[in-house]
Amino acid sequence: MRAPLWLAGIALVTVLLFASLYAISETEQAILTQFGKPVGGLVTRPGLHLKIPFVQVVNRFDKRWLEFDGDANEIPTKDKKYIWVDTYARWRISDPLRFFQAVHDERGGQSRLDDIVDGETRNAIASFDLIEVVRSSNRPFQRTEELEGIGAAEAMANVTAGRQEIARIILEKAAKITPEFGIELVDVRFKRINYVDSVQKKVFERMISERQRIAERSRSEGQGRAAEILGQKQRDILAASSAGYRTAQEIKGAADAKATAIYARAYGRDPEFYQFLKTMETLAQGLDQNSWLILSTDAEIARYLKGTGQR
Amino acid sequence: MPRDDSSRGPRDPGAGPGLRFPTIGLPPPAIRRMIAVSAALALLLILLFTSYYQIEPDEVGVVQLFGAYSRTTEPGPHFKIPFWVERVTKVPVQSQLKMEFGFRTAHAGIQSSFSPPTPQTIGEAVMLTGDLNVAVVEWIVQFRIREPRQYLFHVRDVPETFRYMSEAVMRQIVGDHSVDEVLTIGRESIALQAKEELQRLCDLYGIGIEVQQLVLQDVNPPDPVKPAFNEVNQAIQEKERAINEAWADYNKSVPRSKGEAEQAIRSAEGYTLERVNNAEGDAKRFEALYAEYRKAPVVTRKRIYLETMNQILPKVGHKLILDDKAKGILPLLNLQDAPKEGTR
Repeated sequence: MRAPLWLAGIALVTVLLFASLYAISETEQAILTQFGKPVGGLVTRPGLHLKIPFVQVVNRFDKRWLEFDGDANEIPTKDKKYIWVDTYARWRISDPLRFFQAVHDERGGQSRLDDIVDGETRNAIASFDLIEVVRSSNRPFQRTEELEGIGAAEAMANVTAGRQEIARIILEKAAKITPEFGIELVDVRFKRINYVDSVQKKVFERMISERQRIAERSRSEGQGRAAEILGQKQRDILAASSAGYRTAQEIKGAADAKATAIYARAYGRDPEFYQFLKTMETLAQGLDQNSWLILSTDAEIARYLKGTGQR
Repeated sequence: MPRDDSSRGPRDPGAGPGLRFPTIGLPPPAIRRMIAVSAALALLLILLFTSYYQIEPDEVGVVQLFGAYSRTTEPGPHFKIPFWVERVTKVPVQSQLKMEFGFRTAHAGIQSSFSPPTPQTIGEAVMLTGDLNVAVVEWIVQFRIREPRQYLFHVRDVPETFRYMSEAVMRQIVGDHSVDEVLTIGRESIALQAKEELQRLCDLYGIGIEVQQLVLQDVNPPDPVKPAFNEVNQAIQEKERAINEAWADYNKSVPRSKGEAEQAIRSAEGYTLERVNNAEGDAKRFEALYAEYRKAPVVTRKRIYLETMNQILPKVGHKLILDDKAKGILPLLNLQDAPKEGTR
């Protein structure tokens, strides 16, 4: 029975080999502990490594940026507006040994980060006005014509820090604390910022009244413009008719002048004869059935009633 | 022992496998040889199957040797060292990937259907604008994995990280625009700025993603405020209508009154022609008469006088011829009655 012995030898060697080799992935880093005591420093190079079998234990830690999602917190801003602030952060285990000693594992790390990031967020938000938290710059808003003059007071806000700067302050302050847990905080950002319900209701009311203001103004602008057009209409009508009247009168005046000149030239040759003619004409036209004609016998037409005149 | 959840990333090939050695009995030599041959064959097949892998056209394979990055393989058939020695992670670098924010497509197609809003999607979409108003913004991000190694090895849970980055960036950009910009005129520039900022953040985080498109979808005021926004649109319509109606009224009357003015002018021109023609006619007539009159003034005057009288006398209803000595007759005449009689 030599074969089983020989096989047992191979098996033993294999087991020893497997127990003394370990692989570290691209995403991992590790420290070896020997009966609980760390030995040999940090292993970060991915690939195959050796250890003393059964004596040394591999403690693996993630090397990547890890997730952290803070709880949404109700925080008052400096101008006493209550908002929900939801931050997220990214961190990595920069010192696995200290991390291992201080918080043991990722869950411990997350809970420390909760305390640190939430606290710093609270501090930072409370020392800035809401507008600073929301806006990032002082860029003026573009306005369409119908919105001219609406909400101007808010657009005037003077942002000195802005959202990114506040996030940077939180990161800077929190990142000063985390190294004692072997953690490097790489980024903190505001994921969401929302009004708390009671504030939101007021904001909605303001938005509604603002819109109603715009609507009212728009309507009244329409009416105003319509009235203006009506006035324009009346003006244009009067302008046209009076201009027509003026031109007509000018033309008629010129015509009268010309006619007068023609008459004067003609009748001027013998005004007396013209008067005689016109008188005759008028008499002929002006007397009718109802007229009385009282003639004296001195009148030329009646002269011969007294006699033939040949005395 | 602190170990991360290995299902999240490329798996750890170092985990010790428990190899089992079958105990071998003592069958007859022929059977033993058959067993040996088939065992060798089976081993060969297993080796073949575990070392062969195929990369689809839209992917690359990232090969790790004992956990360490070894090479990236292109689409096609490939071999690797079997078992836990070499491990392949396939990364779809050619596919355009998409993430939706504020809504979810339930079923994509010619007529895509969308899932009803959930607290989660609403939470993604509601945000504060720069004028401290609230807007509901839905958007999509289309992206591609540009650096598979960064994507796999640098940040844990890239999809979630990318979602958070996108939300943070969109809120940052929207927070610097007024609600009216967000709803109307600023849409394109917001999408563009958000895309650039998101790409900047991707590079900062080193997650190996290239943002290809960021498109704003539905952007609305919050539901309770919507009617007021609609009212503004309505009011703008009303304004336009009032103006249009006023112009219609203007157009109805102003051209007419211009025409009437023209009419007055034309008729004055007519008057001119008439007046001048009449004057000239009268003048010509007078001149003609006058020319003859000059030749025999006395007799012509008498003739005209008498002819006129001749015309008048038959026409006149009441005639009275008085001698200048009979003055007493006048009081006897009832002149008041005369017009009455005449009208009868």
